[in-house]
Amino acid sequence: MSRLFFALVGLFLAAPVAIIAGVSLNAQQSLVFPPKGLSLRWYGAIFTDADWRAALLTSVSIAALAAALAVLIALPIAYALWRRTTVAGRVVQLLGISPFVLPPVITALGALAFWSTVGFYGSPFTVVVSHAIFFTSLPLVTLTLGFSSIDREIVEAARTMGADERAVRRTIVAPMIRPYLVSGFAFAFVLSLNEYIIAYMTVGFTMETVPIKIFNALRYGYTPVMASISVLFVGLAALIFGLVARFGDLPKLLGAWERR
Amino acid sequence: MSAAQPREGSGQGALVFPGVMLGAFFVVPFGLMIAVSFFQRVQGGFYEPIVTGANYARFLSLFFGEILLFSLGLSALVALICLVVGAPFTYALSRLPRRAQVPWLVALLAVLSLSEVIIGFSWSTLLSRTAGVSNLLVALGLMASPAAFTPSFAAVLLGMTYQALPYCVLVFYPSFSRLDPSLGEAAETLGASPIRAFLTVILPALRGALAATFVVVFVFALGSYLLPQLLGRPQHWTLSVLITDQAIYQSNMPFAAAMAVFLVLASLLLVSLTALFGARRTESAA
Repeated sequence: MSRLFFALVGLFLAAPVAIIAGVSLNAQQSLVFPPKGLSLRWYGAIFTDADWRAALLTSVSIAALAAALAVLIALPIAYALWRRTTVAGRVVQLLGISPFVLPPVITALGALAFWSTVGFYGSPFTVVVSHAIFFTSLPLVTLTLGFSSIDREIVEAARTMGADERAVRRTIVAPMIRPYLVSGFAFAFVLSLNEYIIAYMTVGFTMETVPIKIFNALRYGYTPVMASISVLFVGLAALIFGLVARFGDLPKLLGAWERR
Repeated sequence: MSAAQPREGSGQGALVFPGVMLGAFFVVPFGLMIAVSFFQRVQGGFYEPIVTGANYARFLSLFFGEILLFSLGLSALVALICLVVGAPFTYALSRLPRRAQVPWLVALLAVLSLSEVIIGFSWSTLLSRTAGVSNLLVALGLMASPAAFTPSFAAVLLGMTYQALPYCVLVFYPSFSRLDPSLGEAAETLGASPIRAFLTVILPALRGALAATFVVVFVFALGSYLLPQLLGRPQHWTLSVLITDQAIYQSNMPFAAAMAVFLVLASLLLVSLTALFGARRTESAA
C-alpha cells in the first residue's frame, strides 16, 4: 500500500525528466518521443556549440560568485545571533529571509527598478548581487542550524582555559560550522544556476544564462540541446545534493531531530 | 552567565556588512519599487517621478480583479492538492529508516531546485502531441491517435503541482519527522489501521503544521511566473505572469510595480496568518 504510494509519487516526479531524457537522445534535430535513433550528440553539443557553452559558463560563474557572496552575507548574521540575540540581529535576519519568502518577481522587479535607476542595468555584477541577496536565506538557515549545534559548554571551557574570541572562532566555531557553510553554499549555487526571472530582469538583454537561453529557444526554435542541458542540470543538482548527503546529515539539515 | 565584562564586544559588529548589503540591495530596491508604483510611465523609458494613482486605479478594474481572483483560486487549489498528497507522503517518508529517506530527500531537492523554464519545457513536452505521453497511450491501445494536452488549465495545474509538491514535502518534513513515533504505533496497537491512525491521530496532532504549510505553499504557488504562460492560455495567466509581462514586454514598470505591491500585500497577509497560527500553537503547547 505505502509502496504503491511511493511508486506513484516517484513516477510523478520522474516522468517529465524521463521524457526530456528520451528526447535528448534523438539522432535527428527533432523533439520526438520515443527517440528516433539513439545518439549522445546533443550532450556533446552543449560543449561544442559556442553559444550553449558560453551560456553554461556564464551560469556557473554567476552561481559560484552569488553563492559565495550569499555565504559572506549570511555568516556574520548567524554568528552575531549566536553570540547574542539582539533586536538588530533579528531585524537583519528577517531582512535576510524575506526576499526568498516573497514571490521571486518581487525581488526581480525591485532589482530592475533599482539597477536601471542607478545606471548599472545590464552589467554582469548586478545579477551576482541580486542573486546573492535573494539566496542569502539558504546559507542563513543552514548556518543558524550549524551554530545552534555548537555545545555552549565547550565554548565556556575554552574561555575558562584562557582562549580569546579569535581562538574560539578558529578552534571551535570554524570546524563545527564548516559542513553547514558548504551545504549553504551548495543550496545557493544550485538555485542560482536555475534561477530565471531575476537574471532576466537584471542582465536579460545583455547576457544569456542557461535558463534564459532555454526560454529563448522555447520561443524562437527548438533544439534538442534544450533537453540535454536540462538533463545535465537535473543530474548536477542530484549530484551536488547527493554529495551534501554523503558528507553531511541531510535529514538533520532539513529539520529532523538528531540521529537517535 | 559570567559577570565579567566581555573583552571583545558581543559580536554585533559583524552585523554591519550584512546590514549594509541587505539595506542597499533589498530594502532600497523594495522601497523604490513601491515609489515607482505611484509614478508615471514614460513611453519607451522606465518612469518619471510624477506622483499618480493611475496605476492602482487601472489595477482595481474588473479585468485585473478577475486575474487576482483567478491567481488566488489557482494557488489555493495547487496548495490543497499538495497538502492532500504531501501530508501522507511525508508521513510515510518520515517513518522510513533514515538511510532510506536520503535518496528521496535528494530527489525532492533536485526537483525543487529545477528552473521554472525547465519544468515548463519538460511538462509541455510530456503533454505534447509529438513527444508526449499520448504516444504511449496509443502504443498501449488506449487511445486512437496522439493528442496534445497543452495548453490547458489542467496542464497549468499539473505543472504548478509538480513545482510545489517537493516544497510542500520539505516544509512538512521537520514536523513529521519530529513527531513521536509511538503516537502512530499506539493507535495501531489499539487496532486502528495505518490509514485510520493517520487520519484520526497523526493529522489532528499536526493541525497547526497543516495550516501553516497550506499558507506557505499557497504563497509559493502565487510566485509561479512562467508555468501559467508556458502551459496555459492567456486566460490562465496569473498575477506573477502579468507583472513580468508588463515589466518586460509592455515596458510599463509603474503598472508592474503597482501589481507587485498588491502581490506583496496578499503574501504578507497570508504569511502573518501563518505566524498567528504558529503563535497559537506554541501557546497551546505551553
